[in-house]
Amino acid sequence: MPTLTYLQAISAALRDELRADQRVLLMGEDIGVFGGAFKVTDGFVEEFGTDRVMDTPLAESGIIGTAIGAAVVGMRPVCEMQFSDFISCGFDQLVNVAGKMHYRQGLAVPITVRLPSGGGFSGGPFHSQNPEAWFMHSPGIKVVAPSTAEDAKGLLHSAIHDPNPVCYMEHKHLYRRVKGEVPSGVFETPFTARVARPGSDLVVIAYGAMVSVALEATEDLDGAAVEVLDLRSLVPLDEEAILDAVQRCSKVVIVDEANATCAAGAQVAALIAEKGFESLDGPVVRVATPDVPIPFSPPLEQAVLPGVDRVREACRELLAY
Amino acid sequence: MATHMAEPAAGGADAAVEHLTAEDRVWLLRAMLMMRGLEERAMSLYRQGRVPGSFYDGYGQEAVSAGAAFAMGPQDRLCILHRDLAAHLIRGVTPSRILSQYMGRAAGITAGRDGNVHFGDRNLGCVGMVSMLPDMMLVAAGMAMAFKLRGERRCAMTWFGDGSTSRGDFHEAMNWAGVQKLPVVFVLENNQYAYSTPVDKQYAVDPVERAAAYGFVGVTVDGNDVEAMFDAARAARERALAGDGPTLIEAVTMRMHGHAAHDDMKYVPKEQVEEWRKRDPIERQEERLRAVGVDIDALRASVKAEIDAAAEEALAGPMPDPGTATDGVFCTGEAEPLGDGQAPWSGFH
Repeated sequence: MPTLTYLQAISAALRDELRADQRVLLMGEDIGVFGGAFKVTDGFVEEFGTDRVMDTPLAESGIIGTAIGAAVVGMRPVCEMQFSDFISCGFDQLVNVAGKMHYRQGLAVPITVRLPSGGGFSGGPFHSQNPEAWFMHSPGIKVVAPSTAEDAKGLLHSAIHDPNPVCYMEHKHLYRRVKGEVPSGVFETPFTARVARPGSDLVVIAYGAMVSVALEATEDLDGAAVEVLDLRSLVPLDEEAILDAVQRCSKVVIVDEANATCAAGAQVAALIAEKGFESLDGPVVRVATPDVPIPFSPPLEQAVLPGVDRVREACRELLAY
Repeated sequence: MATHMAEPAAGGADAAVEHLTAEDRVWLLRAMLMMRGLEERAMSLYRQGRVPGSFYDGYGQEAVSAGAAFAMGPQDRLCILHRDLAAHLIRGVTPSRILSQYMGRAAGITAGRDGNVHFGDRNLGCVGMVSMLPDMMLVAAGMAMAFKLRGERRCAMTWFGDGSTSRGDFHEAMNWAGVQKLPVVFVLENNQYAYSTPVDKQYAVDPVERAAAYGFVGVTVDGNDVEAMFDAARAARERALAGDGPTLIEAVTMRMHGHAAHDDMKYVPKEQVEEWRKRDPIERQEERLRAVGVDIDALRASVKAEIDAAAEEALAGPMPDPGTATDGVFCTGEAEPLGDGQAPWSGFH
């Protein structure tokens, strides 16, 4: 099994899909000749041509809107937002046209929207956001967020095969930091949670870049057996896996890199309050970015993004409860 | 690329006759009569409290959708606007399903999930509009993009209003279609008002001129002449299929009723309405056909009988089951693309 970075795994999934299925079409700004702002599609034009690895006009609404049109006549478009922040310019097409299409008219919209998201590299307020919760609140859109190289590939295959619009949150900070063995060829990873490390004293629930933060923070936590649950999919949310972990561990810390209010973790906390209350042996604790734009300067950015120390401290306090 | 600015109706009707059989011309009138009759029936159902929400119609604008949709083939794809009911009729949506749709009944095209003309029968090659106008311009451009990538001789068509020309999606779609030279026909239904806002507060330059700015042809057509509309759409479709790119058709017409049922249209000068009343698209087509011996009274009677039967059928149908309100948000099977629609124009047979 080859070892790939998270970014190479995304590239491999796209390449495999383009080879396997003529309906697959990549669309985005600077993804063709230039190979993408992060080089995810580097060299693709040589193999697949400029029609299937399409440099589009600089128009995010245009990218999503035309992808919808292509999808309903039989294509499988994969759209790249250069940064997830720019999906705000395509929000209406995604939420109002794509998200509501099947409910209103029984017409499937099989599009994948790749959203390079997250902070940690001084991207500032417009290149660091985690907009997943916007789409969790919009019916008809699935949302997935891989944390490992293997899941980056498998979830992307599943997203492209899914008959619905899927937001694929790829965390920029993981692109070259995360590596792992990844099966070759097309395989699907289910839209369910994954136990990243089993435990029994406390569970940290996280997704995306926060999974590795949670693992590092709890690797050696005064001998406690800390479980880390990687959600992988936010819509659908794996309620069974979450409630099962709560039942086994009784103490829960939920970590979001996104702004705290109405974040994915808030939904997880609400779920536990509604359906897991009897299993709890302490308050549900959340660690998230406060409700501020992501600042540019490193000391300011590090002050708001959840890091290893904050997560470790939150776990220690809860274990002592 | 030069913008071709046709005079309203200049030669339109005569040119169209070349491509229309006697039956086609009656078809066009029938579609317009059916649209008007159905909307009048729906309005009376609305007043009886049987149509929930509000009610929107296209009174006086029937030629725009009837003429343009008639030029499209079964494999072409359409995104239809809310004052364009005739396009749905031409694609093959039945009157009883349309009345069921207005009344939010289970037999409506969206089975009660959306109202009024917010529908598209996916089996007939149509995608229903959303309220954010003109979002569907991009969807139509995307369909056309797929046709071009696959080397298929098909085109996409969509309608939008004068107000839509102010929004970003209008410009993104025009630019995209121009850059990629897509087989798409944009029908700008200029009915002089976006809700209460007149066109002089909407744009500083006639939007048909923008087509040239985006690198393709723009034509102005008398939107109250169904045969001129047909001919402009037919020519645009030919251009699209020949690989010559998009066309913007500006159909000049007038919204003769309020924005919706609640709107008394006080902001429109009476003289303007009276002036346009003389150009009623149905009367004009009736006059043409009467001159060649068509029995207009018989046609009207048959349309009315069909609407009566449709209303009876729709009223007898059930409301949707509340237990199904959360069904169908996601597709759980295979993604089925749009199916083909009907194309009654004799040119396709």
